[in-house]
Amino acid sequence: MAVAGHEMEHHTTTGIDHRKLLMWIFLASECLFFGALISTYLIFRNDSIVGPYPDEILNIPVTSTSTFVLLMSSLTMVLAVYGAQHGRVVMMRTMLLATIVLGIAFLGFQTYEFRSFGAEGLVPSTNQFGATFFVLTGFHGTHVGVGILYLTSLLLASFRRTGLGRERALHVDIAGLYWHFVDIVWIVIFTIIYLMPQH
Amino acid sequence: MATAVGAIAHTEEHSGLWSWLTTVDHKKIGALYGITGFCFFLLAGLEAVMIRTQLAVPNGTVLDADVYNQFFTMHALTMIFLAIMPMGASFFNYFIPLQIGARDVAFPRLNALSYWIFLSGAIILTSSFLFGGAPNGGWFGYTPLTDRQFSTGTGLNFYVVGLLILGTSSLMASLNFAVTIINLRAPGMTMMRLPVYMWMTLVVSFLLILSLPVLTVGLIQLLFDRMFGTNFFIPEQGGDPILWQHLFWIFGHPEVYVLILPSMGIVSEVLPVMSKKPLFGYSAIVFAGAAIGVLGFAVWSHHMFTTGLGPVPQTFFSASTMAIGVPTGIKIFNWLGTMYGGNIRFTTATYFSVGFIALFTIGGISGVMHASPPIDGQHQDSYFVVAHIHYVLFGGAIMGIFSGIFYWFPKMTGRFLDETLGKICFWIMFVAMNVTFFPMHFLGLAGMPRRIYTYDAGLGWDTWNFVATIGAYGIAVGVLVFIVNFFLTMRKPMTATDNPGTAPRLSGPRPRRRRSMTSMSSRRCTTATRSGTCVTTGWRFRRSRSTCTCTCRRPRTTRSSWRWGRRCSVSARSRTSRLPGSALS
Repeated sequence: MAVAGHEMEHHTTTGIDHRKLLMWIFLASECLFFGALISTYLIFRNDSIVGPYPDEILNIPVTSTSTFVLLMSSLTMVLAVYGAQHGRVVMMRTMLLATIVLGIAFLGFQTYEFRSFGAEGLVPSTNQFGATFFVLTGFHGTHVGVGILYLTSLLLASFRRTGLGRERALHVDIAGLYWHFVDIVWIVIFTIIYLMPQH
Repeated sequence: MATAVGAIAHTEEHSGLWSWLTTVDHKKIGALYGITGFCFFLLAGLEAVMIRTQLAVPNGTVLDADVYNQFFTMHALTMIFLAIMPMGASFFNYFIPLQIGARDVAFPRLNALSYWIFLSGAIILTSSFLFGGAPNGGWFGYTPLTDRQFSTGTGLNFYVVGLLILGTSSLMASLNFAVTIINLRAPGMTMMRLPVYMWMTLVVSFLLILSLPVLTVGLIQLLFDRMFGTNFFIPEQGGDPILWQHLFWIFGHPEVYVLILPSMGIVSEVLPVMSKKPLFGYSAIVFAGAAIGVLGFAVWSHHMFTTGLGPVPQTFFSASTMAIGVPTGIKIFNWLGTMYGGNIRFTTATYFSVGFIALFTIGGISGVMHASPPIDGQHQDSYFVVAHIHYVLFGGAIMGIFSGIFYWFPKMTGRFLDETLGKICFWIMFVAMNVTFFPMHFLGLAGMPRRIYTYDAGLGWDTWNFVATIGAYGIAVGVLVFIVNFFLTMRKPMTATDNPGTAPRLSGPRPRRRRSMTSMSSRRCTTATRSGTCVTTGWRFRRSRSTCTCTCRRPRTTRSSWRWGRRCSVSARSRTSRLPGSALS
């Protein structure tokens, strides 16, 4: 009976854990969130009345570097999930830490970029580019920040006496879904803002 | 309120105030949503009565222009976000686990968090009256009127922040409901055996999950415009006010279906039981509901025909709006087909359901009229539109919710609402509703714009405005009759059984009370218990008795249920009329 009760706890209709399914559906919602922000950017792309305009101010080499940093964080995230799934706790912790560090580095690049734009006279209220750029990349940065807190909580929890528990792999896997999503969104944002030619 | 506490608290050991503040039980949270929603329903109704009092005679002096603007804005916001949606969430909370055979929702603590965030958002939004004035830009807050140029007070900030908080709550609740229905069904409860009410809940959840983020983006941009000097919606600086309309209505039109689909689900539950027939065309009604969900995302610009979209978008949105009338019509004919030839029991729940069909059809037809851009251009911002929205939301959503209250009250509290008072309540509300809102069609066609706080005599609007105001008082009386009914009923003893006189009685031993629920809004009469799903294979009608009997002969199992081993073998052997879960409870 106890075994049956135990099975009952973990039985789901689809076989997917509730928390994982929740994350998938939540990410669908997030697609619409970033979709609306990116659409706004595209609508106002050529509507800035005063400068600085994007082609004058965007520093593509620096942002390419930060994009590379964020892409590498996806690699370390995958390795962290691998470590969690195969019981290699040290690898999991190391890779979680690496992901966190890379995420913080990305935010550092973003802070540097925001500050240098501010120094050159571009703030959200300057023109349509400023408004859409800062809101879009700012909310992406916020998502990265939330992801860093999420991963940090997992990392700290893994040092408890019981570690991350029996569902260690699941916890890290779900965090990985979120992290990869934030990464993919950045690739779209980077392509649209930095790589697509203006006009 | 205190009496309702005692009735529902049977599921937990404690029923004190602390247990209500800390509860994660879906039934208690459902009760919290219901009671809170009904209180805000009364508040929004009070605002409506004030509005109608102001408009009763030409040059009314009850409210001044600014207060009037606050009242009509808060009436809409309160009704939509703080009354109809939470009352829907109340039934969702209570009946999702029962109808799919789950112990609780998938994330009980998230569920409690959703409620408390909802309550704080509701308090923040409503408290704006005390802090320098409520929002006054209409519930869809069109820019640039609501932007920093023309709205300098704090009211619109409460609007933005309040809706952001309420949106967070709705998103969390919807994610929870969607995961629960997809992932926590009892063995044998396949998607095409789900009661229609569960299908409608699932569609509503996905509508909210996919539309709320767009509203969030719009609100954030409006907040940045108002607080941080951006120019998203200010045309002089390169912004575009029409963008707000797009973002709002991409949320706003699915939201309309969020309000009406739960009531459609309730009617689909009530009518088969009251007609003693299975639901007519189960799969048609399910696919129609899903089609409404999909098409609901493709019609938003019909709110914006007068903004000059150009011929191609106008043609597209006109066609898609007409198309969404088709699945709605399918549902109406399904309900009529369900009642046709049935042995109909005229309970109060039946009255409200039939009232729903009649009034919603009127509102639906005036809605399809506006699918035509030339006609829409004539009706835009007139009282005709006010008549349309109230036929759909009062005649539709509220009538459906009242039907659900009368139908499910015994299940939720163990007590039957008084039928005589219920029918009095229905007739007063039904007649008064038509007296209030039907004249608004005439007012609109006579050129009366919506949202004006007063008007001069001699414009031909005096008579119908006065009639509409009388009707509004009538609705208030009807609601008062319901409140009296509620408090009288809560003093009575609990006499209701598991499927209290509303659903067909299953022969054989019943599973434990409040742990299962029989629904006839499926292909077969379906009873979900935590350990399995009982699906009837035959129907017997006994016209002489007040309930029909459906016999559960052989619970069908699906592949997933084989994992249950012991229980499955019990259910597979039972060729008698026993429920699979009954031995366990």
